Amino acid sequence: MAIAYTPDEMMTVAAARRLPNGAVCFVGIGLPSAACNLARLTHAPDLVLIYESGTVGTQPTVLPLSIGDGELAETARTVIPLPEIFTHYLQRGRVDVGFLGAAQVDRFGNLNSTVIGRYDQPTVRLPGAGGAPEIAAHARSVLVVMKQSARTLVPALDFRTSAGKPTALITDLGVMTPDASTHELVLTSLYEGVTVDAARAACGWPLRIAESITSISPPTDDELLVLRSLHERTRHAHSQRVRVPLPS
Amino acid sequence: MTPQFLSLRDTMSAYVHDGMTVALEGFTHLIPFAAGHELIRQRRRGLTLVRMTPDLIYDQMIGMGCAEKLVFSWGGNPGVGSLHRLRDAIEKDWPHPLTIDEHSHAGMAVRYTAGASGLPFGILKGYTGTSLVDANREHITSITCPFTGEAVTAVPALIPDVTILHAQQADVAGNVLMRGIVGASREAAMAARTLVFTVEQVVDDLDAPMNAFVIPAWQIAAIAEVPGGAYPSYAQGYYARDNAFYQAWDAIARSRDDFVSWMTQHVLGTLDHAEFLRSVGAAD
Repeated sequence: MAIAYTPDEMMTVAAARRLPNGAVCFVGIGLPSAACNLARLTHAPDLVLIYESGTVGTQPTVLPLSIGDGELAETARTVIPLPEIFTHYLQRGRVDVGFLGAAQVDRFGNLNSTVIGRYDQPTVRLPGAGGAPEIAAHARSVLVVMKQSARTLVPALDFRTSAGKPTALITDLGVMTPDASTHELVLTSLYEGVTVDAARAACGWPLRIAESITSISPPTDDELLVLRSLHERTRHAHSQRVRVPLPS
Repeated sequence: MTPQFLSLRDTMSAYVHDGMTVALEGFTHLIPFAAGHELIRQRRRGLTLVRMTPDLIYDQMIGMGCAEKLVFSWGGNPGVGSLHRLRDAIEKDWPHPLTIDEHSHAGMAVRYTAGASGLPFGILKGYTGTSLVDANREHITSITCPFTGEAVTAVPALIPDVTILHAQQADVAGNVLMRGIVGASREAAMAARTLVFTVEQVVDDLDAPMNAFVIPAWQIAAIAEVPGGAYPSYAQGYYARDNAFYQAWDAIARSRDDFVSWMTQHVLGTLDHAEFLRSVGAAD
C-alpha cells in the first residue's frame, strides 16, 4: 500500500519530475530548492544547481534556509561574484530552467511578489523582485510553483514583478501550460483525486480546461522517502543555535 | 598608504555621519551586523541605506530610526517571511516615512558595477515588461544600443559615501581577504568613496591563493577587528549562519513593543559586539 502524502509533497514531486537530468537550473529558495534537490537525489543526479548568491553546481546535503547558506558554498563546484551569475550565466543564456514562486499570478503567467494594494500605499508590502524579472526573461524555460486559490490566481495583478510566459504553472491541484497561440494558461493535468471543478473553484479567472486532462501519478515511495529525509535533515540542521568562538 | 586599525566605535564615528549614503553589503554571508549595531548605538539618523537584501540588519536599523531612504532589490527574511520593521516603515510610516528606490538583483549588481567602474550608468537586459519601470522611472529607463539598435535597460551608477564590509581576515599591513559567497561586495567596495572593513581576525600573512578576493590595503580607510562581527549571518571558516536566530527574529520583530524592548536590551544595552553576542547566548 502506498504511503499517504500531502498536497505540498505532491506539488514538489510534480515539479521535480519536470527537471531533466543534466539541465542547468537557477534555483530559488523554498519549494523550488526542495524540488531541485529531490530531482538531483532521484532521477537527475547530474542536475546543475545555480543559486543567485554565486554558487554554481552545488550539491547541498540539507536544504538551505537562505539563498546563501554556507552549505551551498562548501558543496559548490565554484563560487563566483553575484554580478556574474546574472550576466555571464543568466543573461548570456546559460540557464535551462528557472524556478519562480509569487504571491499572485495572472492567466498569462505574469507574477507579483512586490505589493498587495497600491505600490505607493501598499496593504501588504511583499519582499519584491530579487532575481525574478531576469530569470523570467532569460531562462530557456520557466516553471512557476505556487498553491492555488482565487486569491493567488487573480484576474489582474496588483503589480507586475516579472513578465510571463512560464513553461508551466505547477500548483497543489495540478499543472497548467500555456496555449500555443494565446499563451493563456490552460489546465492540462490533475493529481489523483482532484477534480476539474476543484481546480476551477480555486482560480480567480474563468479557467480554460484542455480537451483531454492527463492524470499525474502520486509520489512513489522512493520520492516520498527521499523528500522527507531531506526535510528531516534540514529541520534538524536549522534548529541548531550557533556559538561564536570568541578569542579569550 | 595603509588603513588605520581602529576600534569599531571609532571607525563608525569617524567615517559614518548623519545623512550619508551607506552600503553595508554581503549577500547572506559576511553581513556586517556589528557595524550596523554600532551605528544604532551611535544614533545615526537620515541615512540612505543601500543593500541588495536589507536582511535583519536593515530591519533593525530602519526600526530604530536610522534610515530615511532604502535602495534595495529583495526585502524579506530569507526562507522565513517578512521583514516586519521594513514593512511597518513602508506600510505605516513607523517610526517615520521611508523612501524606496527599488530594483531587481540584476539591476542592483549593474548599478554597483557602474559605480565601481567610474561610469555614470550601467546597462542590462532586464526589467522588461515589469511594473518596476513605472514605479521607479527616476532610476530605470530604456536606451537604444548605438551599434545594433537593440533596446536595453539603463540604471544609474551607485556610489556609496561609505561601503562597510565584513571579511574573514586582514593582514597587519591592512590587506583584506574574503572567502566564500561574496555577493556584490567587490563591486560595492570599489564603488565607494570610502571603504571600511570589520574582520574576524588580523593575521601576519593572509596566505591567499593567487586569484583570491583580496582588497589591497591602499583602498581601505579603516579596519576594525571584530570577532563574530557577521553574527547572526556567518563567516565561512569561522562560524555558521544562525538559521534558528533568523527564524526566531520573525516573532521578535512582529510587534513594535517587542522589537524595541529586544533592541534596547541587546543592542543599546550592550557596550560592544562581544557583549551583544553574550547577551543573545551566542558566545560565552
